[in-house]
Amino acid sequence: MAEIKRLKLPIYLDYQSTTPTDPRVIKGMLPYFFDKPGNPHSQTHVFGVEAQDAVDEARKQVATAIGADTREIIFTSGATESNNLAIKGAIGFLKKPQSRIVTVSTEHKCVIEACRYLESLGHQVIFLPVNTSGLLDLQKLADHLTDDTSLVSVMTAHNEIGVVQQISKIGALCRENGVLFHTDAAQGVGKIPIDVNRMNIDLMSISGHKIYGPMGIGALYVRRRPRVRVAAQIDGGGQERGLRSGTLPTPLCVGLGLACQIAVNEMQEESERIKSLRDRLRDGIVTAVPDVILHGDFDNRLPGNLNLSFAGLDGQKIMSAIPDIAISSGSACTSNSIEPSYVIRALGFSNEIASGSIRFGLGRYTTKPEIDYTVQKITDTVSALRN
Amino acid sequence: MDKFVSSTRYLDYNASAPLRPLVKSAMIEAMALTGNPSSVHKVGRDAQKYLEDARRSVSSSVGAEPSQLIFTSGGTEANNLALSRTSVRNYLISGIEHDSVLATAPTSTPIPVSHEGVIDTNILEELLSKKRGPTVVSAMLANNETGVIQPIGEISKISHAYNALVHCDAVQAFGKIPIDMKSLDVDLMTLSAHKIGGPKGIGALALGPNIEVEAQLLGGGQEEKRRAGTENIVGAVGFAETCSIVRKDTDEMDRVTSLRDQFENSLKAKVSKVEIFGSQSPRIGNTSCVRLPGKTSDMQVIAFDLAGVAVSAGSACSSGKVSGSHVLKAMGVHTTAANESVRFSIGWGTTKKDIEVAVKTWLNLYQQTYKKTRRNAA
Repeated sequence: MAEIKRLKLPIYLDYQSTTPTDPRVIKGMLPYFFDKPGNPHSQTHVFGVEAQDAVDEARKQVATAIGADTREIIFTSGATESNNLAIKGAIGFLKKPQSRIVTVSTEHKCVIEACRYLESLGHQVIFLPVNTSGLLDLQKLADHLTDDTSLVSVMTAHNEIGVVQQISKIGALCRENGVLFHTDAAQGVGKIPIDVNRMNIDLMSISGHKIYGPMGIGALYVRRRPRVRVAAQIDGGGQERGLRSGTLPTPLCVGLGLACQIAVNEMQEESERIKSLRDRLRDGIVTAVPDVILHGDFDNRLPGNLNLSFAGLDGQKIMSAIPDIAISSGSACTSNSIEPSYVIRALGFSNEIASGSIRFGLGRYTTKPEIDYTVQKITDTVSALRN
Repeated sequence: MDKFVSSTRYLDYNASAPLRPLVKSAMIEAMALTGNPSSVHKVGRDAQKYLEDARRSVSSSVGAEPSQLIFTSGGTEANNLALSRTSVRNYLISGIEHDSVLATAPTSTPIPVSHEGVIDTNILEELLSKKRGPTVVSAMLANNETGVIQPIGEISKISHAYNALVHCDAVQAFGKIPIDMKSLDVDLMTLSAHKIGGPKGIGALALGPNIEVEAQLLGGGQEEKRRAGTENIVGAVGFAETCSIVRKDTDEMDRVTSLRDQFENSLKAKVSKVEIFGSQSPRIGNTSCVRLPGKTSDMQVIAFDLAGVAVSAGSACSSGKVSGSHVLKAMGVHTTAANESVRFSIGWGTTKKDIEVAVKTWLNLYQQTYKKTRRNAA
């Protein structure tokens, strides 16, 4: 127990909500924050050119991480904006009175809301169900890939239950049927191997702060061959090939580029380490506590995610009993409004189970002592609350 | 105070200003934070606290309610958010607005400006009297190319008399003149951090009481459902610190203004007829848009760059294309004159030496051009 005493509290186990910025990323960004003031769009003087060079390098790093070309990367303010641009932009560009969009009931709120908005404009949106482990039935998807379907949007790796969908197969299906394929890969990039060409992805959303980069930056991959077109959602100076106006935040672009590069370079080693900690956490809890329900397929899963319900107990109650461990109940955006997770409910669980779900997010700085402490705390708390 | 040190003289603050050292420290502190402000746990609540403190600081800088301030990714997004209103039938937009305003409302009616760069409020009233249905008037507080300050209070008064909403892009005025949303009586105001020494990638839209927007970024319901997406906390903290420095250092703008005046007076001393656009109007103290007859803007900018002075012709976003300034055109400046003008914009880090070098470079360039012209004429 001596080891546990040296732990720094609170323990952060909410890596799918946001990640600490990697010190290497901070170091790389600092010069662009503080010594190089240029606006990357001012091409008439050295400051602007220097900023532009840094943005170009960052764009290359992002592109390389996903097997794309630099001209296919559009910087945005984050994955929410990327998802909005991809979905509203792709459908908006078609200018059809009614398009059909096929997505999944467990998608991130911003995908669902963007689709709902299109519905309000008269488009048709199909929300496909998932099975109890959170996986999409590809036959169900194939059934909807008809001529009047314009866009499919399926998340790569799930923010709440960590489930990784069969992106290659979905991409191939969409390509075969001539349907655009968008994937929200905010949680997937840098954690699992992604190659936009091998996976036939047409549009892909990327986030900075989910992969140890800064908040306030993300990107959208937009395929060039065959050419994918989206209508801009923010108009103005025509930056980012006219697809996204606004001064690019040079240091944040640099940060996203570095974060992508580091994540991809260290992916194999890091994912093995995190996965073994995650397995240790699960094994520790399920051995000591009865009636634990695991949400989301365990084999097709992000290494750093575990989502559990403890029968008969409310997630909020468990969380407030353990203030020194930062875990979450539901996803961060919805966790301010305390309602049962729509994701867990979509897996077929009751409101009660959905309210009981707890997400453990492990990451780059998670240590074995932290996991052992967490196992101990969860075990003690759950048995105390159940008695 | 630390200085912004560089071998090149940077006179392009209206494109982007160097970050202030104190803002740097505040941001580095915030970078150590981890949490997502929407999370319920302590780490998330700490992040939330930073965010809300920042919101109070920024909103109080313009006399807005914290609950009516929406953080965005910058001025462009804020302008888009302000002007994307499905129920609006008419947009009246001054001819000197930033591209992000003009592009958002492509079917707008332009409000003319005077030769001195000031929006014509009589014509505005005339235009308003002919419009039926929900109308939005958009006018910037200070122009990015000439620095001319617009009569926003009067514009609001006239517009409100016709029940029109008033949007004011205050990106270039913010931090350079005192701003009070209440006394200006505007309904929506756009702000940006990086033009006054804050970080890029953060801006805000401030709303008057009872004014709402139609969210453009949909998703997790952040920013009171007005702008989804995880908030850029480090950016917000940097923005807030910038506001607080600008509030405290009230002498800064006097210092900047006297440097700008020194620049213009030095040119006038040698070339009495030098044309400075908008100089007869009230201007923010950091901007000077000057014509050098006989030399195109592009040639001037290149010559300045070679002499180690960074300036620009027009706004940064359009500086890649050679289409001439729409601002000067709207002021009725002849195309030749417009294409011979360059913007000098300075700020917190500008030194006397910077100004001296810029003056010397300009005068050299003028003499070269003048000699050549005379030789050609002879």
